[in-house]
Amino acid sequence: MTRITVKVDGSSFTDEVEPRTLLVHYLREQLGKTGTVVGCDTSNCGSCTVHLDGRSVKSCSLFAVQADGHEVTTIEGLAANGQLHPMQQAFHENHALQCGYCTPGMIMQSLDLIADNPDPSEDDVRLGLEGNLCRCTGYQNIVKAVRAAAAAGGAQ
Amino acid sequence: MTTTEARPTAEVGNPRRRKEDARLVTGRTRWTDNIVLPGMLHLAMVRSPFAHARITAIDTEAARAATGVIAVLTGADIADEQGALPNAWAIVPEQKAPVHPSMAVDHVAFAGEIVAMVVARNAAEANDAADLIDVDYEELPPVLDLRQAATDSSLAHPDLGTNVSAVWSFDSASAGTGGDVEAAITAARDGGILIEKEIRQQRLIPAFMEPRSIVVDPTPEQMTVWSSTQVPHFVKIFIALVLGIPESKIRVIAPDVGGGFGGKLQFTPEEVLTVIAARRTGKPCKYSESRSESLMAAHHGRDQWQKLTLAATNDGDVTGLKVELIADMGAYLGLVTSAIPLLGAFMYNGIYKFPSYHLKCTNVFTNKTWTDAYRGAGRPEATFAIERLMDELAAKVGADALAIRERNWIKHEEFPFATVAGLKYDSGNYEAATAKARELFRYDELRAEQLKRRESGDPVQLGIGVSTYTEMCGLAPSRWLGSMGYVGGGWEHASIRMLPTGKVEVITGTSPHGQGHETAWSQIVADRLGVGFDDIEVLHGDTQVAPRGLDTYGSRSLAVGGMAVLAAADRVIEKAKPIAAQLLEANVDDLEFSGGRYGVRGTESGMTMAELAFAVFQGHKLDGSAEGCLDADATLDPEDFSFPHGTHLCAVEVDTETGATSIRSYVSVDDVGVVVNPMIVEGQVHGGLAQGIAQALFEEAVHDESGTLVSGSFVEYLVPSSADLPSFTTARTETPSTTNQLGVKGVGEAGTIASTPAVVNAIVDAVRHLGVSDVPMPCTPYRVWKALQEGAQS
Amino acid sequence: MIPAAFEYFTPSTVDEAVALLRDQPDAKVLAGGQSLMPVLRLRLAAPETIVDIGRIGELQGVRDDGDALVIGAMTPHSTVQADPLVGEHARLVSLATATIADPQVRHRGTFGGSLAHADPAGDLPAVAVALDASFVIAGPDGRRTVAAADFFEGVFSTALAEDELLVEVRVPKYTGWGAHYEKFNRVAQQWSIVAVAAAVRLDGDSIAEARVGLTNMGSTPIRASAVEAALVGRPATPEAVREAAALAADGTSPVSDLNGDADYRRHLASVLTRRAVLSAAGTG
Repeated sequence: MTRITVKVDGSSFTDEVEPRTLLVHYLREQLGKTGTVVGCDTSNCGSCTVHLDGRSVKSCSLFAVQADGHEVTTIEGLAANGQLHPMQQAFHENHALQCGYCTPGMIMQSLDLIADNPDPSEDDVRLGLEGNLCRCTGYQNIVKAVRAAAAAGGAQ
Repeated sequence: MTTTEARPTAEVGNPRRRKEDARLVTGRTRWTDNIVLPGMLHLAMVRSPFAHARITAIDTEAARAATGVIAVLTGADIADEQGALPNAWAIVPEQKAPVHPSMAVDHVAFAGEIVAMVVARNAAEANDAADLIDVDYEELPPVLDLRQAATDSSLAHPDLGTNVSAVWSFDSASAGTGGDVEAAITAARDGGILIEKEIRQQRLIPAFMEPRSIVVDPTPEQMTVWSSTQVPHFVKIFIALVLGIPESKIRVIAPDVGGGFGGKLQFTPEEVLTVIAARRTGKPCKYSESRSESLMAAHHGRDQWQKLTLAATNDGDVTGLKVELIADMGAYLGLVTSAIPLLGAFMYNGIYKFPSYHLKCTNVFTNKTWTDAYRGAGRPEATFAIERLMDELAAKVGADALAIRERNWIKHEEFPFATVAGLKYDSGNYEAATAKARELFRYDELRAEQLKRRESGDPVQLGIGVSTYTEMCGLAPSRWLGSMGYVGGGWEHASIRMLPTGKVEVITGTSPHGQGHETAWSQIVADRLGVGFDDIEVLHGDTQVAPRGLDTYGSRSLAVGGMAVLAAADRVIEKAKPIAAQLLEANVDDLEFSGGRYGVRGTESGMTMAELAFAVFQGHKLDGSAEGCLDADATLDPEDFSFPHGTHLCAVEVDTETGATSIRSYVSVDDVGVVVNPMIVEGQVHGGLAQGIAQALFEEAVHDESGTLVSGSFVEYLVPSSADLPSFTTARTETPSTTNQLGVKGVGEAGTIASTPAVVNAIVDAVRHLGVSDVPMPCTPYRVWKALQEGAQS
Repeated sequence: MIPAAFEYFTPSTVDEAVALLRDQPDAKVLAGGQSLMPVLRLRLAAPETIVDIGRIGELQGVRDDGDALVIGAMTPHSTVQADPLVGEHARLVSLATATIADPQVRHRGTFGGSLAHADPAGDLPAVAVALDASFVIAGPDGRRTVAAADFFEGVFSTALAEDELLVEVRVPKYTGWGAHYEKFNRVAQQWSIVAVAAAVRLDGDSIAEARVGLTNMGSTPIRASAVEAALVGRPATPEAVREAAALAADGTSPVSDLNGDADYRRHLASVLTRRAVLSAAGTG
């Protein structure tokens, strides 16, 4: 067991973890952050995307111990005071989700994307989300939502 | 009848934003894998690496001794307890099937079949112990090719004595629905057009995003089962039947379910085994599959070989279609495995008026993962076949692909139309949908550009693909299902509870997993009862809350389940009438219901549903002559299928140097009848298109010569991302169905059914002048390039 | 799936890391982990020891070292991709890096990790070979430098010994050269079926120097020397480049798999080489 201290969604946590514990399993099982989900075992689907020190990563492809001393933001850290984050709102408004399983990862990656590129073209969004699979929406409304959120200044 | 006008009502037709989204966009979700119960144990499965083998020994000693392990179970340990997994559809009385154990006892028939399981304190320890289990196998020759399987040269299940599960035929002459196909073929051979074609419908994997997960909490009073399933009601019944637990002691909950596409229309080995583990240990147990397990062991779809013979006159009038198909069941029969080709068997004539039709379907076993429903289930295969043939016919005649279709399709004034396959198409207007698609697509301009590129020898050629489809939705009239050999019914149930505070609970037997029933059912009820959209709560997916239901699949939920909701709402209104009459001191005949209020005709006097609900709750003023309750139930069995249709046009650019295809534009015009929520309908079309395009271009479950799944992860099984798909132009026409009260049809599978042939037709159209008349799916750059090489040689 | 248990070390210096690799049984280096992690999760590998080099500061970053750029082995792809020095002096590296996997993977995956992994379908090895990069390797006996051409030995196999660590990669400056990475795959996330890395220096309208590397045309990245030689002194026109590119598959031994047989890959190599060179020359 290794002791780690990680700041997650604004709160600090100190825990004992097995080195082999994936960050996503630490979030889900030890912190109860079940908003972040696992969709594959080869880092392809992006469902588990969170931010590590402000940049998007696939939380199934790093160990919790690697996050020691770092800051993690999950889908559960976005809405404040019961108000949806503009990106969450844009996904809702544009029907950018159906079953919703890929949605947390999509939203977290979309935020990373518009942080880099506040006014993305359709192609920019499509390429920027290449690491996130969705089986329901055909992506069209996701692309629309991300551009709508960007236009509304959603990077903040 | 065809109109694109907005509906006059407040809610139906309104693109309401979804109620479901609030929890899904914030991560406050209820996936099965999120569930944690005190003392919960975790399961890990050991799966056969061999496609076909006998188990000669299993050594579990080291696993049993490993840290955290509570139990290790093999097939032999649970042989008397596990029963057999059900097939619910014998397509012929003499259908053959091997016994389907949840855990193999001494014979494994596909790579991925479960041979042992570990129950441990946590998932990591369960995985560790599973690695310590040593299984000795004696390998047997695997049967992997479906056509070879049909010859019985080697057997997937030696004990069964044959690989052939069933042979099912339909012939229009003997059914009295049309003429003799052999006569049509002879005539075409003598002086007409005869097109013979073989098509391989590759094996696909549903690849829902949420891997399957099961949690079972066994208490003496009740076995509570959470499962990531499309069919909680089925799961409840089958747990009772297979494991001998009284149905009344089982509660099945499908919480948030992350996609299904038919892949979760199943009663699974993993469900049985998790119940067994919980029953044996007396503790809550959880099993969550990994993606690689899911791709390997959750049922696959498609996998058919089709041999088609189309007869036509020299002008391009189709005179007959003959279909011989072999369908790969895989190693076992799942719930409706055997019937998947049957659901397509009635659709090979598509939107056309064929004078004769014959189909013979042979279902065979192989040593691969069992197949079953995947989005479209039989209908994509049929639609692909006929739409590819119509393009080939157009090429033979030298006619435009749309013109050849128009020549043969059912005219809008000919509905209802009795088809050569024996179905009655309710309504449609193929002319209207096609005209609209043609305009949105700028068909003539693209044809002109195509010609220019051909003439200039551009290395990038343009192709235009047409697909005009229809499909049977609203599965299904119970008596039809019964006549086809299915053991269950096709009805749906709904209840409405009028709460004292004016709120309404709608309980549905459908089990949505992305379709938005919470929103759409609210819209239907809001209109009917005149209550606010936000005052309605839709409850589903828990057999204790919604005890009656047949769940969600086959584009049935709106046409059957939604209409049951409507029927229940009508009953509430009916029940409220005598009560309103009492309370308003009026004659029943003087009451009229409008805008959510019973009013006394010609007066200002009246009561809203909310007021009535509160008055009923109090009961103070009721005289006992009518039941003091507004709540109502309704079961609805559809009178017939509904038949949505549409015209899809796809333009592709084929790079003749590399074989790469890119979709330049895609237009779909779908007629799904009356639309409750156009936003949701559009979303269903988008997603359907993506999956159909994926079959055309990207996805294939590939096995090596030993029967191992090569495409066993998302590295090899290519589910397209946003970067791999185009933007779609979608539009609708609206021809109401005549088989249900609202005129709705169904949209869940339409996009998938229509898009695959549109894409492949476009690819072939792009390079037909280079000697190519077909490319097998998925049309990879390599395959397109190879076809071009062969075309250049011929 | 959950990886098998292992001993975990986080050295803070290269020397510590090398000592751990030498002393610990069955040790595996964890760099960005983007290739290793799936292998561990699927339990295709179960090393007893993981040496996480993510906390060694000296392995990070890009620096200017006169006639070469030095890229630290643990520099994430996203950093390399955006680095202005790389953009100016080794644009081919920026372009190829931008095609690796997806943005999340590029945030974690590292320059050195990709090279040391030596996947024949990986994008950076062909670039390193084309640009004559050299690899600085630390071992128990100190440091040594290996030329890119000698670094890649086979499928997932390099000149690195089990107790050695890739520290940094020196990329000669190609200031003012045109560059292009032409990657061919079926879906965006997929590894290269074939890809071509090209850099050219123009002198007027003709090609003065050319560097061409091939991805996935053999068990190691391949330098298309015949193409390079044929390009020198020729005009950067489609006709001239087509002729030179026809030599791209010379001496290659590509695999056959679901994505294409060897013949198809050889054909692709020549088509993609033409496109890469023309794009690099700005005439594509």
